[in-house]
Amino acid sequence: MQHYTMNLKLKVWRQQNSKSEGRFEVYDVNDISSEMSFLEMIDVLNEKLIKDGGDSIAFDHDCREGVCGMCSMVIDGRPHGPWQGTTTCQLHMRAFKDGDTITIEPFRANAFPVVKDLMVNRGAFDRIIQAGGYISVNTGNAVDGNAILIDKQNADDAFAAAACIGCGACVAACKNASAMLFVSAKVSHLALLPQGQPESKQRVAGMIAQMDKEGFGSCTNTYACEAECPKEISVMNIARLNREYLQSNLGS
Amino acid sequence: MNWSQLFSSSIGKKIVMALTGIFLIIFLVVHCYVNANVFFPNAQENFNRAAHFMGTNFLIRVTEIGLFAGFILHIIQGYKLELQNRGSRKSRYAVSAGNKTSKWYSRSMALLGTLILLFLIMHLVHFWVPSRFGGLTEVQYGNDPIVFHNLYAQMQDTFAPMWVVVVYILGCISLSWHLLHGVQSAAQTLGWTNKKYTSLIKSIGFGFSIIVPLIFALMPIFIHFGWELKLGSLTLLF
Repeated sequence: MQHYTMNLKLKVWRQQNSKSEGRFEVYDVNDISSEMSFLEMIDVLNEKLIKDGGDSIAFDHDCREGVCGMCSMVIDGRPHGPWQGTTTCQLHMRAFKDGDTITIEPFRANAFPVVKDLMVNRGAFDRIIQAGGYISVNTGNAVDGNAILIDKQNADDAFAAAACIGCGACVAACKNASAMLFVSAKVSHLALLPQGQPESKQRVAGMIAQMDKEGFGSCTNTYACEAECPKEISVMNIARLNREYLQSNLGS
Repeated sequence: MNWSQLFSSSIGKKIVMALTGIFLIIFLVVHCYVNANVFFPNAQENFNRAAHFMGTNFLIRVTEIGLFAGFILHIIQGYKLELQNRGSRKSRYAVSAGNKTSKWYSRSMALLGTLILLFLIMHLVHFWVPSRFGGLTEVQYGNDPIVFHNLYAQMQDTFAPMWVVVVYILGCISLSWHLLHGVQSAAQTLGWTNKKYTSLIKSIGFGFSIIVPLIFALMPIFIHFGWELKLGSLTLLF
């Protein structure tokens, strides 16, 4: 693809902290290369803001290669921007044209309070994991790699679910700010493996109880989460979560 | 975990929506089948006899109480969930992804449900209230000693003005969109979907959501224009 440069207008959400009211600020950024990543484009703007003595835009980022799940912004109404199966850091400026106006907002959900500007606190996800997203392993020597045989399909499905990076795009995309896709991925990847069986009943009950406590909405099966997930986690995991939850409850 | 914890959890509330929804779908099938008498010859007698059976059979009358309970539970739980879900994002987005990531009718179940509720109230006033509390003419057939309510004549009166027919068709369209999301959503909530069954469930749900409301929509049209289908000696009765 041909390289080109572009001038853009950015409407960016600025918010001092979780208590204060936020508002949009408009910035012009010029001579942006189509080869830059979206975060590099914001780096360029931040350099300019700092040079001019202003306050730089706060945003989360870490690995910048789509595996850490830190970058978390809603770009023109789409968590992680317009491309499918990518995180914001993997979004490149060739997705935009010269003269575009881009609206950048934080992930919005009561359960994800804004820390500053585009940064949100996703500690709710950590507490859901703590409520059951683990397995018990005996200490001592490591067991042989293939001592426990696992059905190929189950291994594949578990691996696909484990690809979830916990970025929170599912919550951001959902009209109800529901965390079901995240929780279903975490429940599925353990429920499908023999190592996850001993805790399976408490796991799903504990994680759903914590999810409800954190103030996420209920799932209404619109599947916007699946469309926006940078790791393309399937909503079939939500069906599995529902099954696991029913089984956990209908037993004694 | 006990029953109250199950049904007060976020998944439990959805299970209530799914189970009552499926119950109401079963009602639609029965209602559609009984009313399909109006399409065929000798519609007045066949329909009135079927309506008499539905109105007098003890088991059906008991089920009717369950039906009202199902409707009320589905409606109240639906509104409660909608309010709760709206409340889980106090700060709204300036730009919405709109139809790029989900279907509009999937996001509009509360709106479609409200339209169906308004339709249902009108529909009950048209037919259920006079059936139960009087106001219908009576009719007898041949040597049969039973005096039937002439519910068929009530339909002819009700659907005489074209605007009522149009309102009924709009009600059926709302129902169709509500079902397009609802059938597959209920299956997903109950955990029936997986790689093998999802496409089957979605196809059945799609077919049901189009065919059943279409048959319902044709009823006021047939009554309004006085049409009938001549398919040999086929009669449905009940």
